Amino acid sequence: MTIIKRGLAALAVGALGSALAMPAFAEPVKFDFWFGLSGDLARVVDTLCKNFNASQKDYEVVCTSQGNYDATLQNTIAAFRAGKQPTVVQVYDVGTATMMLSGAYKPADKLMEENGYKIDYADYFPGIARYYATSKGEMLSFPFNSSTALMYWNKDAFAKIGKTEAPKTWEDVGADLKAMKDAGYECPMAINISANESWQLMEQFSALHNQPIATKSNGYGGLDARLEVNKTKFVQYVTDLKKWYDAGLIKIKSKDLGQDMVQAFASGTCQVIMTSVGDHGTVGKTQKEGMNWDVAELPVYAGTERKNSLVGGASLWVLSGKSDAEYKGAAAFLNFIHDPKTALFWSTNTGYIPVTKSGFDYMKSTGLYDKAPYKGREVAIASLTASEPTEITRGIRLGNFTQIRAEFGTQMQAIFANKVSVQQGLDALVKNGDAILDRFQQTYPGKTLP
Amino acid sequence: MEKRVTFSKWTIGILFAVPQLVLIFTFFYWPAGQAVYWSLTLQQPWGGGNIWVGLDNFRSILSNADYWNSISASLVFAAISTGLAMFIALVLAALTDRQLAGSRLYRVVLIWPYGIAAPALAMAFRFILAPEAGFMAVVNRVWPGFWDPGLDGADAMASIIVAFSWKYVGYNFIFFLAAFQAIPRSLIEAAAMDGSGVIRRFWDIQFPLITPTIFFLLVINITESFQDSFGIVDIMTAGGPANATNLMVYKIYSDGFKGLDYSGAAAQSIILMLLIIVLTIFQFRFIERRVHYR
Repeated sequence: MTIIKRGLAALAVGALGSALAMPAFAEPVKFDFWFGLSGDLARVVDTLCKNFNASQKDYEVVCTSQGNYDATLQNTIAAFRAGKQPTVVQVYDVGTATMMLSGAYKPADKLMEENGYKIDYADYFPGIARYYATSKGEMLSFPFNSSTALMYWNKDAFAKIGKTEAPKTWEDVGADLKAMKDAGYECPMAINISANESWQLMEQFSALHNQPIATKSNGYGGLDARLEVNKTKFVQYVTDLKKWYDAGLIKIKSKDLGQDMVQAFASGTCQVIMTSVGDHGTVGKTQKEGMNWDVAELPVYAGTERKNSLVGGASLWVLSGKSDAEYKGAAAFLNFIHDPKTALFWSTNTGYIPVTKSGFDYMKSTGLYDKAPYKGREVAIASLTASEPTEITRGIRLGNFTQIRAEFGTQMQAIFANKVSVQQGLDALVKNGDAILDRFQQTYPGKTLP
Repeated sequence: MEKRVTFSKWTIGILFAVPQLVLIFTFFYWPAGQAVYWSLTLQQPWGGGNIWVGLDNFRSILSNADYWNSISASLVFAAISTGLAMFIALVLAALTDRQLAGSRLYRVVLIWPYGIAAPALAMAFRFILAPEAGFMAVVNRVWPGFWDPGLDGADAMASIIVAFSWKYVGYNFIFFLAAFQAIPRSLIEAAAMDGSGVIRRFWDIQFPLITPTIFFLLVINITESFQDSFGIVDIMTAGGPANATNLMVYKIYSDGFKGLDYSGAAAQSIILMLLIIVLTIFQFRFIERRVHYR
């Protein structure tokens, strides 16, 4: 069976090859790009692809949405095992460690060099570049859609309690929420406690306070890194959140319950939320008529020296096992995306932030951030560049981090349902998370992170 | 001499069976064998290689408290949803069989739920059971905090049981109704003329005569509740809160596809397969005794 199949495939490839070899009628070289965005964002990616195809004649990128980040990674793995992988694939931030150990990629920096493109890697915001770079600073993938978490606050509600500025410390947040409750607001602040909120509640908080999530510099130092969130400032934070929840200052909002937190904020039901800058556009489009709101950097505890927040989003990986012609196309595509003009198109249409300083400067020079729907998004850049990234705030490089996030959701739910105490819940998170890390390490014996 | 078509060689018989055997092998034994092999190794997701670890995967799964929690959640789910779906379907079918006014309409309408894809139906139930916006919001207004599937595991379990049972009521209904209609009218009419009431006729005549169908549906419902619950769990609760609805089949999905732990997921599917086999053997061994085949 397989021999016949291979024979046929070889014939087909041969025929294709000779078709491509015919000189005068050279068709553009086609290559696949799989991405994990859907809905509005997918349409923007499609336009981006069209723009690339229109910008030159030699290559044609075929862009296919796989629905979401998880599915993109799963489908790519399945395709790779069957030898039918796309040339370029978008992999989310926490898939970086898995990708690095896969042996299934072509390093982005090498690809660009081989094809004669000069990329100034110092131009990337360090907080973004280091999240995706190896411990030695090489870029194996290209940062693409990037965001960070911000606090969205309702100016009208804060005006009611005599405040004109967003709280900067968690101590102030506690007092403000209490004041809003007393002023008659049913839902001063909304959070959710599923796997997804690990990002703003645990990861961003830890980075801002320069607290480790795991040993070995959050995993950059080796596969034997283990969690330690059960003995950092994070314990205090969860304790406070739980206390405020019990006092009715914080409500849990999720889609399953009827309304997610972005909807709860946009409709004016809840007055404070923490979510991605990527939701800035959604809030603007769906907000209650006449509601005044703004974004601010996430608060820190009083007396903390604020560090940079973490980037969220995804990067573009080029997979191995493709032809030189396809690699040339991929390099041209990555170079196109790197262009400041593309950055302007991408960021204005999505809410994601530009990933390079030149892109950001170009956008500022067009006066974008002074205009109404975009004003406020520059706060995300301020948050990402609040400090030079430290050993701990450059990112998180842990295997199977998706499962650790799931464990975060599980334990937070147990804590908020009063099944376990805060300390017990976080101890369980560390214990179960470490089992996941153990397993990841065993799966890759003798391998080390680049 | 009588003419009869005979096959002189047994090879011809085999040849006729080959297409079927190939199908079964390709789509059942081969993947199942692959799963067994994966469960005994540690697979690198990208196919970079694997290591033989023997029974380590099974050991680590069976020593994990979360997994036992997942097994007991699955058993609770299977028992309650099977009971609920079969009981309601039985009552509805018995009433429809009595040819009450509108029974033709019920016959059609009650079959529909089974035709709805699990994710679509889960989405509908998510809206209906949403504590802040749906039907349950009304209940919550009267008794604040009564219904909270977001944090209360029992409520979340109840939600998926309701959704699953609703779907299988339709399926069971078809079979029960067919079974009822296969009972000769004369038996029931004779009993009626002897003066027995509806309930009496049900217990003494109809119920014993449909026990083969009940048994069949019991086996199918229990098996399906282990396997077909995935879509509903994924949309309605995603296994939460705090693993309360993390059924075995959902855990296989999340560990295998989300967590890229193919070996652990393969080992879990083997355990699930064994569990279903044991349950089915148990049913045939102990419950089938009470079934009266005609």
